[in-house]
Amino acid sequence: MTSAHQSDTTPVEIDTEGGRVLLSGRFVIGGVNAIVAETRVVVPEGTQNIDISGLTHIDTAGAWFLVDQERRAKADGVTLSITGASQAQAQLIETVRRNMPEAHEAEVAPRTVTELVEDFGRKVVRMLRKAAELTSFLGQIIATMGMVIIRPGRLRLTSVVHHCQQVGLNAVPIVALMAFLIGVVLAFQGSAQLRQFGAEVFVVDLIAISVLRELGILLTAIIVAGRSGSAFTAAIGSMKMREEIDAMRTLGLDPVAILVVPRVLALMLMLPALGLIANVSGLLGGALMSWIELGVSPAVFQSRLVSNTDVWHFGVGMIKAPFFALIIGVIGCYEGMLVGGNADSLGRQTSTSVVLAIFMVIVADALFSIFFAVVGV
Amino acid sequence: MDNATDEQPMVRVRGLVTRFGTHTVHDGLDLDVKRGEIIGVVGGSGTGKSVLLRAIVGLLQPNEGKIEVFGESVRNTSEDHYRRLRRRWGVMFQDGALFSSLTVRQNVEAPMREQLDIDDTLRETLAAIKVRMVGLPENAMDKYPSELSGGMRKRAGFARAIALDPELVFLDEPTAGLDPIGAAAFDELIKQLQAALGLTVFLVTHDLDSLHAICDRVAVLAEKKVLAVGTMDEMLKIDHPWVQEYFHGPRARAATATQQAQGA
Repeated sequence: MTSAHQSDTTPVEIDTEGGRVLLSGRFVIGGVNAIVAETRVVVPEGTQNIDISGLTHIDTAGAWFLVDQERRAKADGVTLSITGASQAQAQLIETVRRNMPEAHEAEVAPRTVTELVEDFGRKVVRMLRKAAELTSFLGQIIATMGMVIIRPGRLRLTSVVHHCQQVGLNAVPIVALMAFLIGVVLAFQGSAQLRQFGAEVFVVDLIAISVLRELGILLTAIIVAGRSGSAFTAAIGSMKMREEIDAMRTLGLDPVAILVVPRVLALMLMLPALGLIANVSGLLGGALMSWIELGVSPAVFQSRLVSNTDVWHFGVGMIKAPFFALIIGVIGCYEGMLVGGNADSLGRQTSTSVVLAIFMVIVADALFSIFFAVVGV
Repeated sequence: MDNATDEQPMVRVRGLVTRFGTHTVHDGLDLDVKRGEIIGVVGGSGTGKSVLLRAIVGLLQPNEGKIEVFGESVRNTSEDHYRRLRRRWGVMFQDGALFSSLTVRQNVEAPMREQLDIDDTLRETLAAIKVRMVGLPENAMDKYPSELSGGMRKRAGFARAIALDPELVFLDEPTAGLDPIGAAAFDELIKQLQAALGLTVFLVTHDLDSLHAICDRVAVLAEKKVLAVGTMDEMLKIDHPWVQEYFHGPRARAATATQQAQGA
């Protein structure tokens, strides 16, 4: 125990003598704990008086112990008096007596099957409602963008450029490195399999098609969702928390036009550019690895790439980019708007934003695959 | 109790210098807080009231100066020693600074859980007593901070500050943002608990009514140091433009008038 004075570190001592209990020393939380832990009943039944004149110090826990004894005695039909308290001690005991909590409340009933079903139902309804709200938010953004097209003067150009730098330029190194490594991995794994059939040279097709058509843009979108989608949610969410969004509304400023549209627009401009960088870098990685591992020279790689790969593979990848950008931007901003008044919800919405954005990007990718298969590209 | 500890101030600050970059907040600040008193620290915005509080509780390392709490240095001390000191004071931040992921009950239990080795039921009971002591209703116990009003959050923050039965509590603007009735009730609460728990209270405030109603002494922070310390009556007589303006401005006159009306 810590103590202000070395002199009264003496722990509490109890003396019992015929209906009386004498307490002395320092009766603080540690001492109370010891007494309560060792035995539930230290004060013998039928005690009518506790003399605390020997106590040098008493805290809330000590006072609680005394009041609790008083209560128990009363339940047994004995009147227990506490004597010898100094004025300050009496005041503390009185304060604690006034604030004693009620006896324990009833145990919480276990959950029934009906409640589980009800919970599930609520979750489904909440999800549907969220889908509807997201759609309405998307509509709001598109309407605001339409307005910007009619009156270009209302576009926050500085803001758009700023976000282009944040989500585009600053993401180039990580995206390029990621795509390069993917190219390397594809070449390495592909060559190991294709070598069994003596079809090493097809590794070029493998790399070109998978990087250009799928992986380049999909993985870029996932990185951007983690990097910029979360940043959108955090930025807008903390503004929401500090009531900046409300302030904007009262000033007649539209948060969608000022905060959301520049971000979404910047993302839609930058994601295709990042996808292009990822494609180039992925092909470079693949070419390098093919050269080292299979001896496919860069010249052969290039000619095979140009002659055998349909330009539509590249086109399919690029078409998806702005849609992925829209998904990431809308979800990132929407989740930011949902942040409530506390830090807890900011963290929760940010992680929801990233998970939902990545999930929706993959769902969209699957839908695109079906679409392009049907169209025959 | 021996006399030495009674005379020794609870907090002793000597020659405190705090700087943020080139901006000097305190320059040779001295302050004593006596055992058992409620001291109100006032000063204009940006005079470093909260900075002083943060320096005393060790959240901020000052550039120079000595800070002693309970006669022991807070600066350049071992982690273990600091932990033992810290257990003997409580801090209530502006707006409570409750942990938002915990309920009120868990917030009050948090310091007990961390610092004391006691069994669960005792801890729960003591937390419940503390929550009731600050005047929160029973049903607030299991609510989260975001579900409470500003005044209730402050009360819960106070309950957490006194969870370990500290000898000294630091309160940062406890009545700011409360309505006059709520503010007066909070003043009353501070005074009540100060008497019941034998607390020494270090109160940073802007509230002239609080100064009148509960503070034994007032310390005025201006010109980078403690310009004056004394009772309210002494403050009213000090001849310094800012102090004059502060204690004789229109709001101050209203507060004085209320106080006199209540006293009469």
